[in-house]
Amino acid sequence: MSNRLSGPLHDVSGEAGYDGHPERVGFFTDTSVCIGCKACEVACKEWNFVPEDGLLLTGMSYDNTQQLDANSWRHVAFIEQAAPVRTTALGMPTVGPPDGSAVTLPPAVGDGDVPADLGTGPQTGDEGDRGVRWLMSSDVCKHCTHAACLDVCPTGALFRTEFGTVVVQEDICNGCGYCVPACPYGVIDQRKEDGRAFKCTMCYDRLGAGQQPACAKACPTESIQFGPLDELRERAHQRVERLHEQGIDEARLYGEDPDDGVGGDGAFFLLLDDPEVYGLPPDPVVTTRDLPSMWRHVGAAAMTLAGGALLSFVGRRR
Amino acid sequence: MAENHPVGFQWVMEAKRRGAKVLHVDPRFTRTSAVSDVHVPIRAGSDIAFLGGLINHVLTNGLDFREYVLAYTNASAIVREEFRDTEDLGGLFSGFDRETATYSHDSWKYEGADPGSDHYTDQQSDQETDQDAATSRAEAAGSGGPRVHSKPHRDETLQHPRCVYQVLKRHFARYTPEMVQEVCGVSPDQLQEVADTLVANSGRERTTALVYAVGWTHHSTGVQIIRAGAILQLLLGNIGRPGGGILAARGHASIQGSTDIPTLYNILPGYLPMPHASQHQSLDEWVRTDEGAAGFWGNIRDYAVSLLTAWWGDAATADNDFCFDYLPKLTGDHGSYRTVLDQVEGKVAGYFLVGENPAVGSSNGRLQRFGLANLDWLVVRDLQLIESATFWKNGPEIETGELKTEEIGTEVFFMPAATHVEKKGTFTNTQRLLQWRHQAVEPPQDCRSDLWFYHELGKRMRARLAGSEDPRDRPLLDLTWDYPEEGAHGDPDAEVVLREINGTGPDGSALSSYTQLTSDGSTRCGCWIYCGVYADETNQAARRKPGQEQDWVALEWGWAWPANRRHLYNRASADPDGKPWSERKAYVWWDDEQQRWTGHDVPDFIADRHPHHEPPEGASGPDAIGGSDPFIMMTDGKAWLYAPAGVTDGPMPTHYEPPESPVSNPLHPHQQHNPARRAYPHELNARNPDLAEAFPYVFTTYRLTEHHTAGAMSRTLPYLSELQPEFFCEVSPALAAERGLEHLGWATITSARTAIEARVLVTERMRPLRAGGQVVHQVGLPYHWGPNGHSTGDAANDLVNVTVDPNVHIQDKVGTCDIRPGRRPRGEALRSHVADHRLRAGMATEEQAWARHREQQAEQSGEDEVAESEAEDPHDDEQGSNQ
Amino acid sequence: MGVRTFVEGWPAFRQLSGTDPLGRGRAARSARTDALVARTAQADRVVDSICPYCAVGCGQKVYVKDEQVVQIEGDPASPISRGRLCPKGSASKQLVTSPSRVTKVRYRAPHGTEWQDLDLETAMDMITDRVLAARRSHWQSEDEGRRVNRTTGIASLGGATLDNEENYLMKKLYTAMGAVQIENQARI
Repeated sequence: MSNRLSGPLHDVSGEAGYDGHPERVGFFTDTSVCIGCKACEVACKEWNFVPEDGLLLTGMSYDNTQQLDANSWRHVAFIEQAAPVRTTALGMPTVGPPDGSAVTLPPAVGDGDVPADLGTGPQTGDEGDRGVRWLMSSDVCKHCTHAACLDVCPTGALFRTEFGTVVVQEDICNGCGYCVPACPYGVIDQRKEDGRAFKCTMCYDRLGAGQQPACAKACPTESIQFGPLDELRERAHQRVERLHEQGIDEARLYGEDPDDGVGGDGAFFLLLDDPEVYGLPPDPVVTTRDLPSMWRHVGAAAMTLAGGALLSFVGRRR
Repeated sequence: MAENHPVGFQWVMEAKRRGAKVLHVDPRFTRTSAVSDVHVPIRAGSDIAFLGGLINHVLTNGLDFREYVLAYTNASAIVREEFRDTEDLGGLFSGFDRETATYSHDSWKYEGADPGSDHYTDQQSDQETDQDAATSRAEAAGSGGPRVHSKPHRDETLQHPRCVYQVLKRHFARYTPEMVQEVCGVSPDQLQEVADTLVANSGRERTTALVYAVGWTHHSTGVQIIRAGAILQLLLGNIGRPGGGILAARGHASIQGSTDIPTLYNILPGYLPMPHASQHQSLDEWVRTDEGAAGFWGNIRDYAVSLLTAWWGDAATADNDFCFDYLPKLTGDHGSYRTVLDQVEGKVAGYFLVGENPAVGSSNGRLQRFGLANLDWLVVRDLQLIESATFWKNGPEIETGELKTEEIGTEVFFMPAATHVEKKGTFTNTQRLLQWRHQAVEPPQDCRSDLWFYHELGKRMRARLAGSEDPRDRPLLDLTWDYPEEGAHGDPDAEVVLREINGTGPDGSALSSYTQLTSDGSTRCGCWIYCGVYADETNQAARRKPGQEQDWVALEWGWAWPANRRHLYNRASADPDGKPWSERKAYVWWDDEQQRWTGHDVPDFIADRHPHHEPPEGASGPDAIGGSDPFIMMTDGKAWLYAPAGVTDGPMPTHYEPPESPVSNPLHPHQQHNPARRAYPHELNARNPDLAEAFPYVFTTYRLTEHHTAGAMSRTLPYLSELQPEFFCEVSPALAAERGLEHLGWATITSARTAIEARVLVTERMRPLRAGGQVVHQVGLPYHWGPNGHSTGDAANDLVNVTVDPNVHIQDKVGTCDIRPGRRPRGEALRSHVADHRLRAGMATEEQAWARHREQQAEQSGEDEVAESEAEDPHDDEQGSNQ
Repeated sequence: MGVRTFVEGWPAFRQLSGTDPLGRGRAARSARTDALVARTAQADRVVDSICPYCAVGCGQKVYVKDEQVVQIEGDPASPISRGRLCPKGSASKQLVTSPSRVTKVRYRAPHGTEWQDLDLETAMDMITDRVLAARRSHWQSEDEGRRVNRTTGIASLGGATLDNEENYLMKKLYTAMGAVQIENQARI
């Protein structure tokens, strides 16, 4: 039973009782080609009738969505970082000129900090002023291999689909909210109106009709790619390799590894900086990972309690 | 491009994956910059200097694609001895008339050209309309070039001191990296990198494309900026070749279509000029200037007569000049801004706004609203109650008390419009592609298509006038206006309209090519360049053969004018012998076996004209096109590095400062602005004085991905509003520090027109630049907002002064401003705030200016003659309110 | 629903009797979930269209059910857009079904302080009257001795968001009535 709550799990759908199910599908979000247009956010809302999430100018660059929540199932993060003036190339994927010579990139700017040599004083309009790097990334529910939200849901509102995705059934959800703290990514959220939980369904109804999710379909630059997870993982590895060849050493995958704390995500990412920079937890762990051992402890405690009760009876009889 | 045309940008990303380098030149760091290889921050309005620096680099180092330049451009043509460059005359070309602020083009011509063939001077006896007539002609060149002699003297060695190549080289010699730095704030390193990249990616094997939008067109030197781009591309051999070109990324679904079939004052469908009263009082006079010139534009009579017969049917006969007289005549500027000034003066009774929101979308919104408030009636056709429909209720001038609702006499009809899915018809996209939309549903309630509205209006007008003997009413009564109606609301059948646009032959069947058009009255065609869109009695624009089932040119998706050619001037993709410049870049070529041009696209050339064909002496029209003259709409078959005619403000681009600038023109210290620009001096359109300390910063307006133009189609929608929920301005940390602006705080931004408020985004994406010997700060203003809608804010366009390009009358979007922390004053205090700034800038307050205006009007009505003669520079007028 | 169906539909029964002993997958499915069908698959018709926003000209598919637009998305067949749409194009359904859209004629009388209702037919008649009157009152046969045959009383702005066919009828009618101050966004 332990591998049903954590660690690699090859066949999530089979595990969930689907015989002859389709391949597990997912999202590969390649942030290196994201242009921050937010088509994904709108396409998602149009398809799923997700309500407007409020009008708030946040000042967080062009990110006025702020986070994934019950009324935002896709969220494009914008990260502005100071960077050296780029007279050769940006910290974005590129390939060398025709002669094959690689392009030198500025050093990765970790944690959004300004590297020491850039200084932080106001720019002057002179040569040597800082440039800026603008990272964009469309975040979404990870559809974890081991989905704590699902595991803690007492009503069966959250369930695993035949595609291996994790979906809330709004006709079942009673708004208990257990799933909310369970999510290691802070994705799932309750609507204020009735307390029911909502999040990305990976357009479950569209998948059933052989269509891809609305966000992936709209994405102009193929930053959001949808498909069988195995294929996506392979494609992602190739992409990282290619970026590394081009000298973009900071390219890395996030949520792709089946050995990670959630058994790998159904929606994973190619990032150009540390996950924290994008507001992603660096090492997410399924919150129910320790459930089996907890249950053992709970069981032991229960036995002890029961034993105690028995003893008291015994004692009373005595 | 990523910012405003994200889906088009997928192809840039695709190219990038395949190894293309993406360079982005823009005052602000945008979503395009974020994924480009290089971002070059530039001072708004200094584009010609930047492009000039690249041109200079190419010419000075002899890096041009010489074979291409020699064969396909006018580089070897010899220019007249009388010609004087801006370099000789301190910023003016020869031929400038200070009184009218116009150029005579005589001295710009080629040597050996027949002076009699030029129409720019000899037909314009009327000085006061020179500029307007020239504008009309310049725009008519939208589908063809102005006429020049096809056989100028040439020097194929390019050594003659007066050959275009050498003239050009001298003209741009001072656009050195140092000068570019001084004007644009771009470092020599960055210029060098861009130059090297462009040169390395041009030639036989490689091409470079330039993409621009209103960042180039919205300037008082807009046409010359595009010209500079064209010169660079021609020198590098990037026109007419795959992966090359200059692409205008246009901003409205059918803005190309509305130019081809123009709702524009100075042209008729297919870029035929509207007749001008002083020149065109007969059909012959109307077509004379272009008829018989080399190239397809030489057949203008066929196109013109076919249009007249399409409109007036059987009433149009050879005896009555095919009803030429039914066309109203122009006498001057009837453009949008001129008309608004006339509205302010009470000279215009009625106004139709059709999917347009000038109260926030046009420059100087305040001027626009004063115009709207002084109409008899206004018809607004839109989806939502836009600001132009509600100005009488909640416009900013109501708040300041300058206008009072009860005192505004404008009668307003808001007529709800149908959406794009509630009607059928074609849009023409930015690449000249017509795509048909089928109707999905009927419009709700009173909503109607514009097709219905105008058809219905025409029907009702004709019914009222039926039986009228008044000759004025003949054009309406004789108009072909019988369109079959269909659907729940009786919409005219758009397909029948499209077929009329396409044209029909003597037997009434649809034509397939404009080459079938005649001038004998037997063919009818509503827009000659669209002829073929209904070929074979089939709606070609409705073709939707999936891209996946076609090659990369996808000729069976929609229909592109002319003749379904997807890439203009594609004869240039082959060398003079008709062979592809390289296998990699093969596009169309001469097939010796078939003795025809062939290739991936429809050849933009006479199909069987041999590459070595030499036209006989005296040939005219298409017959005069040589086998290696790819530019078939140009009267000499060549692309112009130097424009001997057709561009009103100079044969070559020159850097001038925007109408408002904190910088003294480093290139021409004695010529600050485009001398031929068109200003609209008016109390409501005062211009900030040059270098005014009261207005020390540059502002530039722009768009955001999440919104659309003036916002009627985006800030009314919750899903788009929440993504960019409020009007904001973008400033650099340095400017924020200088003015005490706080991130997310409020700022008041002031020009001589008015003051607006915006939330502040302090961002490193805005960067101060050093230009003109000083640090220049730029304030970025997305212009999508107004007081109505779901997401609201002040309108950035309220700040903009109206000064326009003399060729096409497009306004300059760059100006100067002040910016201060805090919200703008309310009510009357707002006007005092502006008045205070004006006084500090040495200008009259608006009140004083109005008083003077009224005085002048009173004087003028007494003695009409005095006004202009005293002014030395006609633009001094615009300073009228500045004293 | 019989007792048997009811019992079989009970998640705990399915959980215990089926292949999903933990009740996190097949056994947890609700009736609504089982009945879920994409509305794109249920449309009465799918209509080919083009995005109304910018000039890229992305292909759109409009899904119609019971004469209502239920979905608008990209057309994968388009060689221009390959099925993709930007945020504005993706908001097209909201554009056409927007509750804030005004679908009735609104009329503001001269000096009026509020909108009034007006029926479409009357509005069209009134506009026709106004146009004919303005045409007359601002008619110019000549300007400084040159024939012009035009009216300067009627101006128009708009066209870049309209169809070619619409622009064509506009220009044709305006020209025939002698109106010359005809402009659109292409100049603004």
